[in-house]
Amino acid sequence: MASKRTHILPGFGLTLGYTLVYLGFIVLIPLGALFLRAARMSPAEFWKIAISPRALASYEVTFGSAFIAALINAAMGTLLAWVIVRYRFPGRRLLDALIDFPFALPTAVAGLTLANLFAAKGWLGRWLVPLGIEVAYAPAGIVVALIFIGLPFVVRSLQPVLEDIEGEVEEAAATLGAGRFRTFFTVILPALAPSILTGFSLAFARAIGEYGSVIFIAPKESEIASQLIWYRLEEYDYAGAVAIAVVMLVISFVLLISINGIERWASRFQR
Amino acid sequence: MSIELRNVSKRFGQIAAVDSVSFGVGEGELVALLGPSGGGKTTVLRMIAGLEQPTDGDILIRGKRVNDVSVQQRNIGFVFQGYALFKTMSVFDNIAFGLKIKKWPAAERTARVEELLALLELQGLAKRFPHQLSGGQRQRVAIARALAPKPSVLLLDEPFGAVDARIRQELRDWLVHLHGELSVTTVFVTHDQEEAMEVSNRIVIFGRGRLEQIGAPREVYEQPSNEFVARFIGVLNVLELRVENGAARLHELSFPTHGVAEGSALRIGFRPYAVQISRDLAEYRYRATLQHVYFLGVLLRLELVTPSGLTIRTRITKDDFVRLGLAEGDSLSFNIREYRVLSRDGDALPPEVAAVHQAPSSYADGI
Repeated sequence: MASKRTHILPGFGLTLGYTLVYLGFIVLIPLGALFLRAARMSPAEFWKIAISPRALASYEVTFGSAFIAALINAAMGTLLAWVIVRYRFPGRRLLDALIDFPFALPTAVAGLTLANLFAAKGWLGRWLVPLGIEVAYAPAGIVVALIFIGLPFVVRSLQPVLEDIEGEVEEAAATLGAGRFRTFFTVILPALAPSILTGFSLAFARAIGEYGSVIFIAPKESEIASQLIWYRLEEYDYAGAVAIAVVMLVISFVLLISINGIERWASRFQR
Repeated sequence: MSIELRNVSKRFGQIAAVDSVSFGVGEGELVALLGPSGGGKTTVLRMIAGLEQPTDGDILIRGKRVNDVSVQQRNIGFVFQGYALFKTMSVFDNIAFGLKIKKWPAAERTARVEELLALLELQGLAKRFPHQLSGGQRQRVAIARALAPKPSVLLLDEPFGAVDARIRQELRDWLVHLHGELSVTTVFVTHDQEEAMEVSNRIVIFGRGRLEQIGAPREVYEQPSNEFVARFIGVLNVLELRVENGAARLHELSFPTHGVAEGSALRIGFRPYAVQISRDLAEYRYRATLQHVYFLGVLLRLELVTPSGLTIRTRITKDDFVRLGLAEGDSLSFNIREYRVLSRDGDALPPEVAAVHQAPSSYADGI
């Protein structure tokens, strides 16, 4: 007799079918339309737009800033999660709640606030600008905005894993002679690595897609790809907009797939 | 002395988890710290390791006071109750961890790890990650990891608590064999008196933070120093007697007064094996009916009920049971061959003894 796996809750076929149709409408059809639109161009035409100096510069700004912001978020998010999970102090719950703030705040508000804060006459800008540190309307501003919007991801991916680490493991390392740094870097950090990477890739993906906050703080001379797409649309240059969009899509996809691969490698001990 | 504790106390706020405990463990000894949960035994073990600091008193390892020596420098091997393996490292790397810290050269490290893998029969598992191992294997990896840097003492916290009964027996045998081969000074914590009796050379019994008795398994079983120990080690029947008309009585049973005045109470305890029984109703002084027979394997537990309704529990070997030709419902005669006076009237029970009355049934009611 053929063995059939039984589930407590039936309906695998129905739910899978529904999921696929839904995903199709929400994700695949719009993306497919984008590719179809791009296919109207000849490869040479497409390529010319895709690697024009201005487009190349915008990719660099987009991915470069997103990468730097995600890296900083990975490090600082780890620290924040550590403090929230490990220590008990007054205001801890408030701090915990504040972490989610960037999720809820409209990104335009964030961009506007940051631009004002770092402007030459702003609260922070008035101290930083004389020192030669320009954030508002400078490339650094883009990174600051992206750090802000990506903050919750690493913290939230890391919290449950940190809570799960048993104190016994640290004690075991100590009885074997390991000092604090060694225990942290050889025992704890590797256990956290998969979650840090997950948080990193989420923050990175979010930062690549960010538009609202960046436009308020970005300098004129360095634009992100989304801005370039917007300018092209304003010029009724749909082909130009689509070509850049497709390049963004492909690069993002490849990057996320690679990060996923690294994540699998880092969590090999769990399989 | 490999380990020595001198008047060691540990207080958490007002509560004394460990109260002025002194004892020594000889080089190469295998010692059990036994007691009910909350008895302070794990705290003592953790203080020896340096994971807790004593509030008072001195701890010496190989004659050197180690109170101010950090856990990293104490050169102890510690096996945690939950194994605490490093889950991101393979079995090999787990065992090599301590050796790397001690900066052993790579070749010696590999040789040592392989030696331990062989000793603990973990060959072929070197590349596995902890979550791919069974409970018993994880426990053995934890022991191998603790032993790798050649510690001066091996400390184990409830080492066999988290595995099922059959594996637990295997691991006990492991520990005894391992200790025989390496003769490293070993101290382990357990709440299971049978485990302590079976595995250790000597048992240190704790109750409510105080040291109740130290001795070889046989010593603490046959000569318990107080009621706490008597009830904790093995099974003890306790009878509350009252002195009337020149004898201490309970129902039809009567005992000498042991100097207790008329009308006062006397408490005695006896081991199940101290009850003699016979089918010849004239052979012993008391009569009873065999109410229940519980089959335990080699031993059988018998429940006798006297005509007045008093229940007496006893144990008998299977061979004796067959020889006597007993069956449930039989009438027989019995006698209590030896017993121990636990308290005379007016002796207030020390609080830790009172606590044992509520101890989980597995401690004393197992038989």
